[in-house]
Amino acid sequence: MDLDWGWIGEHTDSLTEHSLTHLKLALLPVLFGLIISLPLGVACRRWGWLYPPVLTAANALYAIPSLALFMIFIQYTGLEPSTVMIPLTLYTLSVLVPNVVDGLASVSEPVRQAATAMGFGTLRRLLRVELPIAVPIVIAGVRVAAVSSISLVAIGQLIGQGGLGYDIIRGYQLRFQTQIVAASVLIILLALVTDAILVLIQRLLTPWTRARKRSGGSSRRRHPITGAAPPHAVDAGVSSIAGGGG
Amino acid sequence: MITFEGVSKTYPDGTVALDDVSLECRTGEITVFVGTSGGGKTTALRTINRMVEPTGGRVLIDGADVRDSRPAELRRGIGYVIQHAGLFPHRTIEDNIATVPYLLRWNKKKARDTARELMERVGLDASMAKRYPFQLSGGQQQRVGVARALAADPPVMLMDEPFSAVDPVVRAELQDEFLRLQAELHKTIVFVTHDIDEAIKLGDRVAVFKTGGKLVQFDTPENVLARPADDFVAEFIGYDRGIRRLWFIPASEAPLSDRGVLPADTPADRIRADDDGWTLAVDGSRRPLGWAAPGAVPSGGTLADAPLKPVGPTFTVARDSIRAALNAAILSPSGRAVGVDDDGRLVGVADQHDLSAAITRAGADAEPAPAVDAKPASDDVEPAPKGGAAG
Repeated sequence: MDLDWGWIGEHTDSLTEHSLTHLKLALLPVLFGLIISLPLGVACRRWGWLYPPVLTAANALYAIPSLALFMIFIQYTGLEPSTVMIPLTLYTLSVLVPNVVDGLASVSEPVRQAATAMGFGTLRRLLRVELPIAVPIVIAGVRVAAVSSISLVAIGQLIGQGGLGYDIIRGYQLRFQTQIVAASVLIILLALVTDAILVLIQRLLTPWTRARKRSGGSSRRRHPITGAAPPHAVDAGVSSIAGGGG
Repeated sequence: MITFEGVSKTYPDGTVALDDVSLECRTGEITVFVGTSGGGKTTALRTINRMVEPTGGRVLIDGADVRDSRPAELRRGIGYVIQHAGLFPHRTIEDNIATVPYLLRWNKKKARDTARELMERVGLDASMAKRYPFQLSGGQQQRVGVARALAADPPVMLMDEPFSAVDPVVRAELQDEFLRLQAELHKTIVFVTHDIDEAIKLGDRVAVFKTGGKLVQFDTPENVLARPADDFVAEFIGYDRGIRRLWFIPASEAPLSDRGVLPADTPADRIRADDDGWTLAVDGSRRPLGWAAPGAVPSGGTLADAPLKPVGPTFTVARDSIRAALNAAILSPSGRAVGVDDDGRLVGVADQHDLSAAITRAGADAEPAPAVDAKPASDDVEPAPKGGAAG
């Protein structure tokens, strides 16, 4: 496979522009998804009966081919970015809602009781105790949602909104491999960089998980096999990363 | 003072967790709720800070119905310690301790200063302030739990099996420090445990609960041991309750003598063979050095030339119970317990006969005339008086 490096050099501007569009189309849905999932997850945790139907609905949405969703939304939103972003937002729910619920469930009963007994009201307890403790698991979900969203956006080019998807389809039409490869590599890079930034954010938000890892000595990051380790939030977070990614 | 007035709790499914409980937890005292699981002791505790709302009766703190306060505000004025500490994993030790001060909107510096002070008070090194709970041992976490409950200096503390999840050595340590702390702070404490030994050790008064949420006895630990209210209590406090009662007889009741006690430089020919022949060597300031076996002193030498057996456990006359004295007697090579003062100087020795005579006397003092008591006298027979009378 011969790559035309000269073409890449000449097209850095358009490739950069497409990359930025790509990121916007991919990550805004994750943000919207998180905004929807947090209250939805809290509600599911509080009223247990709500969770099965919500999860089933989220999974059913995820099962609808993106193309079909584009065709449905195109009637209302036209050939606009929102026609791509709405389906992507809906897709993130099947990852984010369960992770919010699991994250809240990782708050141990003694911690919840102690918070109540010390005079936290329900809302304050949620914001100051339960959600902060849920952060590692929620971010694990955000990482999966972000990477899958970055990969999925390309298909939006079918309705003219695909970021780097443009270069893939264009390259195919022109039988020009360099453009396809360049766009694909950029998509992978975007995914890796985004994931790395999310890991960094998690470390900044949750110094207590790093502190734990250090004190845990030889305990490895990905080690969700036996559940022999104490049932702390961080372990649940790690297993959730491994489970969600698999 | 915390007052329970006919407090009942029945759950919607018909389970009775508390059945018409009335009692008073006195200000500045430790009241222990003890009983089998399902006895309602934790439920009773939680009615005090409204984590459980009674279906009947009322709970008063210093005469004010707890229902007159909003739950969150009420709870900020009541310290709470639970079994697994329940520390916030995402907060440092000092911020965990400062939880209630933060809720009460103290300024951050004052809250943290208080936290540091309390760390010292409960025996935690200041270097732990910036660590996270996961980096601490179970015993250390429990200390943080106690410090956190004390942070806003609440007059009332609720403790729900706080020392149950740590090993026996650490538990004994925590209990001792807890008592030391309470001697300084004089909080009104309600303490839940399923361990009768813990209840006896810590409680000024003990409330025994049984299945169905019934309060069956509420009295001092001495009286619960001496006169269990019914068969349930008798069985719960155990077959060796006679031995447990020895905790409450001070060692100073024991008749101490200098029988067989001699300075270490006593020459062999001045050593008078006592009835059993054992001799306790003491130094110039009457510190016990060890026991010389009968005939162990070489002729022409002094007591110090004999191979001395270690004194073993001693008891402190002014502070220990007669149980410690009896233990020392049983473990002593000579069968005589060595009583010392706070500086480790010999006060005197007593053998098992002396001790059991003292136990008999103390038992007779503590035991009221059976006619006053509703319980049949046969239920109150103690092994100790009989053994003492025979000897």
